[in-house]
Amino acid sequence: MSMRSQVLVEHHGVATGKEMTTWQTLRRGVELSPELRKGIWVTVLLAVLSTLGRVLVPFVVQRITDNGLLAEGGPDTQVVAVYIGVALVGVAVTAVSAYFVNIRLFRSSENGLASLRLRAFRHIHDLAMLTQNTERRGSLVSRVTSDVDTISMFVQFGGLMLMINIAQISLATVLMVVYSPLLGLVVWLCFVPLFVIIRKFQGIVGRAYTKVRERVGDMLGAISEAVVGAQAIRAYGVEDRTAERIDAAVEAHRKAAIGAQARSVVAFTSGQLVSGLTTAVVLVVGTVLAARGSLTLGELLAFLFLVNLFTQPVQQATEILNEMQNAVAGWRRVIGIIDTPADVSDPGDSGVTLPRGPITVQFNEVGFAYPGGAPVLHDIDLTIAPRSRVAIVGETGSGKSTLAKLLTRLMDSSSGQVLLDGVDLRTIRFSSLRSRVVLVPQEGFLFDGTLLDNIRFGRPGASEQEVRLTFTELGLDPWVSTLPLGLATDVGQRGESLSAGERQLVALARAYLADPDLLVLDEATSAVDPSTEVRIQRALDSLTRGRTSIAIAHRLSTAQAADEVIVVDAGRIVERGHHTELVRLGGVYSKLHESWVAQQQAV
Amino acid sequence: MNVPPTSTLREGLAVIGRGIKGQPRWFSLAVVGSVVYGVMTSLTAAAIGFVVQHAISPAIEAGYVTASQLWFIGGVMAAVVLTTIIGVIGRRIAGGVAMYNLGAMYRGQVTRQYLRLPLSWHHKHPSGQLLSNANADVEATWNIFAPLPMALGVVVMLVFGIVQMVIVDPWLALVGLTVFPMLFLANVAFQRAMSPRVTRAQQLRADVSEVAHESFEAALIVKSLGREDHEAERFRVVTHELRDANIEVGRTRGRFDPAIEAIPTIGTLAVLFVGTLRVSSGQLTAGQVVQIAYLFSILAFPVRALGWVLAELPRAVVGWKRVSAVLDATGSMTFGDRALPRGSASHLQAERLAYAYEIETETETGEADRNPAVVDVTLDVAPGATVAIVGPTGSGKSTLTNLVMRLVDPDSGAVLVDDVDLREVRRGGISDVAALVAQQTFMFDDTVRGNITLGVEHDDESVWRALHVAQGAGFVERLPDGLETHVGERGASLSGGQRQRIALARAVIREPQLLILDDATSAVDPSVEQAILARLREASSGTTVLVVAYRMATILLADEIVYLEGGRVVDHGSHEQLLGRCVGYERLVTAYAREAAEREAIASAEERDEPGLGADAAEEVSR
Repeated sequence: MSMRSQVLVEHHGVATGKEMTTWQTLRRGVELSPELRKGIWVTVLLAVLSTLGRVLVPFVVQRITDNGLLAEGGPDTQVVAVYIGVALVGVAVTAVSAYFVNIRLFRSSENGLASLRLRAFRHIHDLAMLTQNTERRGSLVSRVTSDVDTISMFVQFGGLMLMINIAQISLATVLMVVYSPLLGLVVWLCFVPLFVIIRKFQGIVGRAYTKVRERVGDMLGAISEAVVGAQAIRAYGVEDRTAERIDAAVEAHRKAAIGAQARSVVAFTSGQLVSGLTTAVVLVVGTVLAARGSLTLGELLAFLFLVNLFTQPVQQATEILNEMQNAVAGWRRVIGIIDTPADVSDPGDSGVTLPRGPITVQFNEVGFAYPGGAPVLHDIDLTIAPRSRVAIVGETGSGKSTLAKLLTRLMDSSSGQVLLDGVDLRTIRFSSLRSRVVLVPQEGFLFDGTLLDNIRFGRPGASEQEVRLTFTELGLDPWVSTLPLGLATDVGQRGESLSAGERQLVALARAYLADPDLLVLDEATSAVDPSTEVRIQRALDSLTRGRTSIAIAHRLSTAQAADEVIVVDAGRIVERGHHTELVRLGGVYSKLHESWVAQQQAV
Repeated sequence: MNVPPTSTLREGLAVIGRGIKGQPRWFSLAVVGSVVYGVMTSLTAAAIGFVVQHAISPAIEAGYVTASQLWFIGGVMAAVVLTTIIGVIGRRIAGGVAMYNLGAMYRGQVTRQYLRLPLSWHHKHPSGQLLSNANADVEATWNIFAPLPMALGVVVMLVFGIVQMVIVDPWLALVGLTVFPMLFLANVAFQRAMSPRVTRAQQLRADVSEVAHESFEAALIVKSLGREDHEAERFRVVTHELRDANIEVGRTRGRFDPAIEAIPTIGTLAVLFVGTLRVSSGQLTAGQVVQIAYLFSILAFPVRALGWVLAELPRAVVGWKRVSAVLDATGSMTFGDRALPRGSASHLQAERLAYAYEIETETETGEADRNPAVVDVTLDVAPGATVAIVGPTGSGKSTLTNLVMRLVDPDSGAVLVDDVDLREVRRGGISDVAALVAQQTFMFDDTVRGNITLGVEHDDESVWRALHVAQGAGFVERLPDGLETHVGERGASLSGGQRQRIALARAVIREPQLLILDDATSAVDPSVEQAILARLREASSGTTVLVVAYRMATILLADEIVYLEGGRVVDHGSHEQLLGRCVGYERLVTAYAREAAEREAIASAEERDEPGLGADAAEEVSR
């Protein structure tokens, strides 16, 4: 029981991954998408082949000119034909190998990014509820959509091209040194400042792209408000204000994107500038050398060709490095989410699997505070017997819902422990926990699909017959029959074709079908009409025999029906007992009850 | 969608035209930059020839080099390089500005549509798809503006090269130019193969966004039911479909890219071969052939640049189609120009209202089924009166409140406020006088103050006053930053009851003449609700109130009660009248009381008969 002295659980926000260096990001990225590396050497080999073909063609053209066209004693058609044949083979080899390179790259990158997407998606669901709430949903969506798309541009072409460029730069360097060591040195001297500049610019460009990715997330968040809040916006006529807020986000993104573009242009043109100036310097130095007779004009011009062979990949590489920074910015965000620890984590295989059957719930000196907030629960000690029906009541903000979230392990307590059948909640496998303990929240989200699909979400694989039976048992058949297509009725986006009360009925049926041993209802019927509520209540009563149920409710009808009522006030349990006892007690509950009765009195 | 390739080209050009029209200046600047770049690139070789002829060769012949010769060489080359770079900077920056401006413009337009289109349209379009329209599809449309200025600018190079070739030898030029029809044919084949694949990929991109969006919105449910694996599987299916579609796109590109790259080289080789023959027969000099071959190799570049644009076309067209589907969506509400009278409580009338939801069916007929929610409802709420709408879950109460606020238009019938048909009221005219507090409150990602004022100027005092009426002042005072506390997206940091109270304050502060409460206190406890209702009553003497309610206390505030069932008005009158004659109403409102009475009876019976059968005993039995 040393758990109780445990320090406050630290809840993490979503990591942005900003602190990772480019190299770390790339390595981690490849680690997360091993498909990117698979068979890469074959691809590189093919790419080298296609590059050789590309380099071969200008060489051959030069030969045709020198040895064929300008051959002594008139053009030599034979030689020309042979060289053209060689060139055509080169073209064919280039085309075929380029084709395979493309296909291999597409396959490996798409496979790799698909795994990355899936991993990030899954991890977002594994994150603790509080961590999920630190970020806008639209922004979370961007982490598995547009951020990943950003990476694809680079991994499809850039990464490989960068390797080829480096190979080409090395090859050109060797050739230059062979041709003229001095001029080779000149070329490299000219490029040293560029490499320094590039390093510096990488950081600048990288930060600019990171900002762009963040702005995309903000923009999606702002736009999703206009979509999800459509009703509220219309009801209050705040279309203009919402439009302004969206415009601000769009404008921030536009500015960031143009800023990043400008920075990458500067980085790119610095490469071009250095390349051009190098040509000028080589010509100047070469002229001096040639004038001294240590170089012929032909050799100088040939050397210029080599300089071109060197500068071209350098220029392309600066471009790709910019693209890489863009990809790294996206990658960081995706890796950031994957590397955000799941605070409330599944113990997995090492965890305990509880046998089925009624559950005993125990709270041992449980306290809870939201991160950075004041404690909302203090020293909760509570045992709930199996098979009992407990109602938790208290004023809004008293901590009732927090209790429910701790009990279902949507959050972990800051101190103390919650035990199910004597087992610490944190050591129970999620697969076991989630099938035995189900929470029905006040606003039960429905998926765009049929009623049947939504109910089956509680237990995939349930037959239609079982779903029907669920409605029958809950006494909801009359309601289902009012729907135009019964169970096949589409509930619409977020279930919005149904009213809030109807959505609660569906959410309840869904949880009921999941058949948990402990059912936690957090204001689950607050929008349902009284007679339906009473009917459901009775159905649950007769059917929950054998299962433990905990209901949080404002409507005290639920409390009246419970075996035991627990009254929470300002984060502490102040009263507990049966409804009738508590009414007699004359405390907090009796006051709540008074106002409840006053509401019903007038009958 | 099976789109013929020529139409892709035509549509693509139309998209480009629209973009140019949207950003003429930046676009022209980019093209000018590109032209400078194109001209300078073709001049580079000439510049080298020029310095060789005028400085390098003389120096070599003389055996020594003068400083002025070196300055000449360096100067000419530097001038060429700097001009080229100015061109590049102009093209890239102006091109980028044009592209991102277009993106921002169209994102603005698309989101305006989201705000303009009716709720019924929103119900049919998944949020994730709409996000994808505003983000990925807009991006796909205008991405073509990245390679476009380059391609247009280097057309200058193309013309320059072709003219030179023709001057040197028209016949040889003709041989070289045969590659252009080849390029065109290759491109037609490419477009034909690409369009359907890109269309599919872009659709799947939106599907991925849709699943992700829905799944993250449902995060709490996914967690509490332990359905993470199920959701991951759902996402895996679309992600893998997208992956396969992208691989297909890549395969198509992979097939055409090498072909398009090879064609200019083949042209060069053809020129050299034919040229050699012509030199042999004495019709041309070797120098002329070399010149044409060189010109041809320069042409390869603009041809490639054009290729990039053509390769991007199908994606731009698909993006545009998806964007324009939103922009062209009809069914926006039309507004009149009348204003509702202000200054006193509104007179609300509904005449034979009917409204049915369209239901997406899975039947093969494809005809939309309609689910009548409100049928032939007539109401008359006198100015200053309070009318309660009571009815079982799903009886059309919320739909009725939406009709009264004109969030949806009735299929038939009309809503009149102070004798003005709501359809004749100008945009924003209804929310000027009326306020709705919906059953499920929506919080903006803003401060508490921002969520109450919604951007209208109000001093602190009136914000607090509204919060007092809504019984929310207490908890807001305890928030770390009071009114300036950020509530998070959808008010994630607040409880349901807190959100409802802010939503109530949002309505109260507007001092509406018509207040519509749709079960607006369901998440607050009874004592708070009592207090809210009492304060509302004090505060809203000049207000007509329509309140959807289940609780007796709320119902009793009403001057008249309208009882709905199955979307129809079954009865209306005072509470006493209805209790006496309307069975449905009686059963609904007395449900708790009857239940309580029954339980008490059972409890007292149990107390008499079986004392001690409590939870402990039950546990004993179970073990």
